[in-house]
Amino acid sequence: MIEHIDVSVVDWSRAQFALTAIYHWIFVPLTLGLSFIIAMMETIYVRTGMEEWKKLTKFWMTLFGINFAIGIATGIILEFEFGTNWSNYSWFVGDIFGAPLAIEGILAFFLESTFVAVMFFGWNKVSKKFHLISTWLVAIGANLSALWILVANAWMQNPVGMVFNPDTARNEMVNFWAILFNPVAVDKFLHTIFSGFLLASIFVLGVSAWFMLKNREEWLSKRSILIAAVFGLASSLMVAFTGDSSARTIAEVQPVKFAAFEAYYDGSKNAELVAFGILKNSDKQIGDKKVKDFVFRIGIPGFLSVMTKGDKDAYVPGLNQLVIEGSDKGEYLSISQKMERGREARNALIKYKRAKMLNDKVEADVLLNEYFRNKKFNEDYFRYFGYAFLKAPEDAIPNVSVSFYSFHLMVILGFLFIVVCALSLLMLVRGTLMNNRWFLRIILISVPLVYIASESGWVLAEMGRQPWIIQDLMPVNVAVSQISAGSVMATFILFAVLFTALLIAEVSIMVKQIKTGPKQ
Amino acid sequence: MTTMITYLFLQHYWWMIISLLAGILVFLMFVQGGQSMIFSLPGNETQKTMIINTLGRKWEFTFTTLVTFGGAFFASFPLFYSTSFGGAYWVWITILFSFIIQAVAYEYRSRPGNVFGKRTFDIFLLINGALGPFLIGTAVATFYTGSQFRLDYMNHVYWINNWHGLEALLNGRNVALGLAVLFLARTNGLLFIINSIDDNDLLSKSIKKLISNSVAFLVFFLFFLVTLLLAEGFAVSMETGKIVMEKYKYLHNLIEVPWILIIFLIGVIGVLYGIGVTIIKNSRKGIWFAGSGTIMTVFSLFLIAGLSRTSFYPSTYDLSFSLTIQNASSSFFTLKSMMFVSFIIPFVAAYIWYAWKAINNKKITKEEMSEEGHVY
Repeated sequence: MIEHIDVSVVDWSRAQFALTAIYHWIFVPLTLGLSFIIAMMETIYVRTGMEEWKKLTKFWMTLFGINFAIGIATGIILEFEFGTNWSNYSWFVGDIFGAPLAIEGILAFFLESTFVAVMFFGWNKVSKKFHLISTWLVAIGANLSALWILVANAWMQNPVGMVFNPDTARNEMVNFWAILFNPVAVDKFLHTIFSGFLLASIFVLGVSAWFMLKNREEWLSKRSILIAAVFGLASSLMVAFTGDSSARTIAEVQPVKFAAFEAYYDGSKNAELVAFGILKNSDKQIGDKKVKDFVFRIGIPGFLSVMTKGDKDAYVPGLNQLVIEGSDKGEYLSISQKMERGREARNALIKYKRAKMLNDKVEADVLLNEYFRNKKFNEDYFRYFGYAFLKAPEDAIPNVSVSFYSFHLMVILGFLFIVVCALSLLMLVRGTLMNNRWFLRIILISVPLVYIASESGWVLAEMGRQPWIIQDLMPVNVAVSQISAGSVMATFILFAVLFTALLIAEVSIMVKQIKTGPKQ
Repeated sequence: MTTMITYLFLQHYWWMIISLLAGILVFLMFVQGGQSMIFSLPGNETQKTMIINTLGRKWEFTFTTLVTFGGAFFASFPLFYSTSFGGAYWVWITILFSFIIQAVAYEYRSRPGNVFGKRTFDIFLLINGALGPFLIGTAVATFYTGSQFRLDYMNHVYWINNWHGLEALLNGRNVALGLAVLFLARTNGLLFIINSIDDNDLLSKSIKKLISNSVAFLVFFLFFLVTLLLAEGFAVSMETGKIVMEKYKYLHNLIEVPWILIIFLIGVIGVLYGIGVTIIKNSRKGIWFAGSGTIMTVFSLFLIAGLSRTSFYPSTYDLSFSLTIQNASSSFFTLKSMMFVSFIIPFVAAYIWYAWKAINNKKITKEEMSEEGHVY
């Protein structure tokens, strides 16, 4: 399939994409949520006509603008890195992946960029209602953008709605709706946008809490907290709900990833869900690969069985069963078995390509009917095509520690934010919030924590699916562009320096703007 | 309706959409053209602020069009996307780099606490303004001059030299188109500034600069055009279906399809009229003629690169690896699904026009720079 792959190119390309995605995701969730919070505030201004609400809206809009620009800057790189750094992948999936990206551009980006200009510059140029509609359209546009890129990402986690075309050597879309309503896409979109709403709510709560601690901007802080706490509480509950649904879907379509983020090695009935745990180096092995084991953990017996199978006595396979042993009852294959099937699929493709190259039409037709037009071959063999490129079954195991900690950190912090939002609202209504300085400090500390939780979610999603760029079909080392490691290393350093410098500027401007407060 | 739609029709349809997006992108690069003059055009800080705020209210349209252009290419001709971006790595990365620094420069330049100072962000605007149009023009020129790559049986790209796209800068025709696009962007930038800013001093400065920039544009454009029309082109053989070199291929393409020739001529006349009417009659509406002309000219040049059995991304290493709209396109199903999505484009264009008009209904003045809440 590929003539030569330099391992360090794969590592640098992964590092560069991770760097860009992590930086991008610092800014995007705030845009997703703050746009709606601003729209709500402006709606109140338009309905009541109170100038204080306009001032409040403009203050948060200024912070929105500072964050928005850098989100766009990091976003453009992500789109094009699919081509520059993952060109083999781009061709293999371009027929499917490109469509959501193009729709994103046509439907969402133009909506966002057109009306954001009206939102910033239109206060004295358009009517109040037109301005308000523009603000809402920015919020809708921003969230629509998220929909399409998440549909594309979900397809990488759970490829559906396509067939493999051996002539073009790529996957081709046959069912657009299956791709759009992929269960992973639905979960991922809802979980992601609600997490963005929550992050923005915590951000607004944090800034308002800071004003309260400084005994400044009381009117602004109370109104902002009221909106952010209600929006944040509703969003945090939805994050929990969609997170649960997302985990169940992952257990079904990416069981190895699921087992990794639970550090669940040996299958059992009445399987325990780890609520909290600490991993350390151990002698434990999955095949030939050493893995970290628990030095301490708090578990909930039976919960993992209930979560995955709906029955506390149900058997849930662990990494050992999924990777090495397989199922006695034939419920699932081991990775070795999948590798065998993947190799058969790959050999079939090579044979077909050779027949085509030699212009042997009879042989090509025979192979086409025997393999690629054969539904059973596609379901039983070709779906494991990517396993042909693994060297050992253990290669299919993602980094357990990273998966485990990112998942648990995200979940624990998620529950903390439910409490923070609920208590903020309760104390505000009771009129005790301004005097509770310890709680105001907790709100303030929650701001960096919500960013950590948000990034953890993506670390889990992307690191947890390794070694796959497309689940079961293409590992990352096959997807990478044929460029030198030195080139990618150079651009990695360039982007690392640039993004870091821009982040420093962004945070500095944001802090300065918050300290200045709303314009009189 | 769908039974009448053939795969070939869809491939042509999508190449036309790509060509149209390319035309709009080049027109919208008036933002970059204007940026490239922020140190040389204004006579004082207020004029500079007015220029930057005029351009700054439109930068996202250019940016979004570039992203959509890339997305549409990915969706409709993924083999081009994987081949060009994965192969000509350094050219595309440099272009992207220049757009990253643009995105933040407007918003951050005049903000207190921006760490690096206003001048740094202005230099970012200058870099994007000069490098963006030049490199995009140079990269697009390879559609006519070719690149050195090959593909394996899985369609994975291998670039034959280690320059990964930068070698395009060694070809005079590529550089000429790059410079033509840069000076066209500067010309359109000046016409837009003339149209949008109410300042007599800046107006006379802009008109003076317009003369030199439009002359430079014409020199490079004519050089590129003449060499293009007289050059050999990459044709798909009628007999064998293989890629062969054909004399005067692009001239043939232009003549064989009269409506493309008409659009091209109207486009060129539009650009010239827009420039002329501004210089001779001091009109402020030149941008609309030059802008429409730019879109039509680029649209038609893209059409002759991909239609009429032509390879739009030729391999000079081995012609057999050259990309055409047939061998590089998405599947019938994807192109058809995407066609339905594209029907929304007129609606998108309508709301962009409406919002643009609402914001641009008054020219930018010195007073507005001190009154307006959101000033770059």
